[in-house]
Amino acid sequence: MAIERVSAILFLLAAIAAPMLLSGFFIFQVTMLLVYAIAIMGLNLLTGFNGQFSLGHSAFYAIGAYAAAILMDKFGIGYLWTLPLAGLICFAVGFLFGFPALRLEGTYLALATFGLAVATPQILKLTPLEHWTGGVQGVFVAKPNAAMGLPLTADQWLYYLTLSVFILLYILARNLIGSRTGRALLAIRENPIAAQSMGINVSLYKTLTFGVSAAYTGVAGALGAIVIQFVAPDSFGFMLSVTFLVGLVVGGIAWLPGALIGAAFILFVPNFAEEISKGLSGAAYGVIMILLMYVMPSGAGGIVQSALRAVRAR
Amino acid sequence: MELLLQQILSGLATGAIYACMALAVVMIYQSIGHLNFAQGEMATFSTFVAWQLITWGFPYWAAFALTVALSFAGGVLIERVVFRPLKDAPALSHIVVFIGLLAIFNNASGFVWDFTIKTFPSPFGQGPMFGAFLNMHQAGMIACTLGMLVLLYLFFSRTRLGLSLRAAAANPESARLVGVRVGWMIALGWGLASAIGAVAGMLIAPVVFLEPNMMLGVLLYGFAGAVVGGLTSPIGAVAGGLIVGVMENLAGTYVPVVGSELKLTIALSLIILILIFKPSGLFGKTLAKRV
Repeated sequence: MAIERVSAILFLLAAIAAPMLLSGFFIFQVTMLLVYAIAIMGLNLLTGFNGQFSLGHSAFYAIGAYAAAILMDKFGIGYLWTLPLAGLICFAVGFLFGFPALRLEGTYLALATFGLAVATPQILKLTPLEHWTGGVQGVFVAKPNAAMGLPLTADQWLYYLTLSVFILLYILARNLIGSRTGRALLAIRENPIAAQSMGINVSLYKTLTFGVSAAYTGVAGALGAIVIQFVAPDSFGFMLSVTFLVGLVVGGIAWLPGALIGAAFILFVPNFAEEISKGLSGAAYGVIMILLMYVMPSGAGGIVQSALRAVRAR
Repeated sequence: MELLLQQILSGLATGAIYACMALAVVMIYQSIGHLNFAQGEMATFSTFVAWQLITWGFPYWAAFALTVALSFAGGVLIERVVFRPLKDAPALSHIVVFIGLLAIFNNASGFVWDFTIKTFPSPFGQGPMFGAFLNMHQAGMIACTLGMLVLLYLFFSRTRLGLSLRAAAANPESARLVGVRVGWMIALGWGLASAIGAVAGMLIAPVVFLEPNMMLGVLLYGFAGAVVGGLTSPIGAVAGGLIVGVMENLAGTYVPVVGSELKLTIALSLIILILIFKPSGLFGKTLAKRV
């Protein structure tokens, strides 16, 4: 326990100090890292802790982003309010999607969620909805300034806002997993039939997890829209879902802090691969991914957890 | 009625493309129990190899046969080199490796053969057939897909090797006990899937033109077709691919206002609907599970 507490405090100190030490663009990148980390955390709740596979999280990210952008652009709602609203909308969508998903398992669930991921950009581009979504052009969002006259640049303010949301959602997720509900989720992941015979309402928990997971990803999408100041349909395609999935596996399945490591991977490694070779950057990225799976087949989480176990066993 | 018939036939023609790819998807699923995300890029790479051979002056069918052989060897090699060491890793890690392979093959095709669109010859010609409904190539493609299906059926039901392959997939442990070399069977499955993918790529390339991202969309439909048909059944895969092609076409024609923009979405929703009522696909076997 002590190790975890110390590393949490170290992380907090580093996170609070970061914007003072970094330049503007880097602050933006670290903010995006936190945004992706929230999305991966959402995916982890569903896939890692509840064992439901999803290739559709780009859709929830898109719905969150568009909800925030439209609420700000068309309804003039303050950007802070859009975060919980985007979360609520995505919770509802995820919860409803969870019902048909109940009937499907494994690969079939992957296909259903995959359909969602492919359909979303098409629906966003739809002509009858253009008034709201701006069609292919997307929606621009104004960059908010620091609240309450704090002496921060807009970038720094957004960073701290994202950091606070991340910490809040992290604590919520941790408590959820540690609770009776969390144990029910794990039991369902291990064996749905056995869980049911122990009196767990499998359908309810599975659909609720879908909703909560979608809500996390939706909040991330809303934050992403505010940080990037722009939403467009084609940035939320199927490949974004795949990116989240890579982040989840690299960070470690069913290990919450892994979200940060996974997010760092999907954000920085493609750039790093580009530096290795301009023409072969994609191949370099692929090779790094595969090598990483050789070195740590269960992601960073697997390594950290076995290291912790070794330390404790002494 | 005329319109309906025409839409169905042209749906079948595009469906044949998906069916080819779905067949490759099912092959790999049979031996490893996953969908291979890199399948499309592997097929594209094979097609580029064929294009290169033809440009070097090989006759079409020689290039075709050589490409299929090379792809088979390549598939076996990937299994041996990349997946062998990871056989005990969690399923999700395998998926990351698939995505890594996808990035590598996509980038390699673009790097070696650049991103300009290339035309790929068709062995069947492009002349019209059955009135104006189908052209020769589309008809040839459907025939090839069905031919491949028959060959696969014979292979799996009539040969010892096919039987061993099925045994290794159905129950690796028991298969090993009766002397099947399960590891090699998996490698063989990879080889077959890669070879079928290469055939699919070479059949599809004359229609969609050859470029590194050619298969991305096709593979998605191939997945959809394979899952609708049931991932355990090659016949289902072909039927599923054709169904997806026809549904996509009909949705584009008959659903008012949003039809043409949401073709894919409507097709996918129908697929999900089918899956809700038949969770293991139309032709798939329902497996009983032990608690």
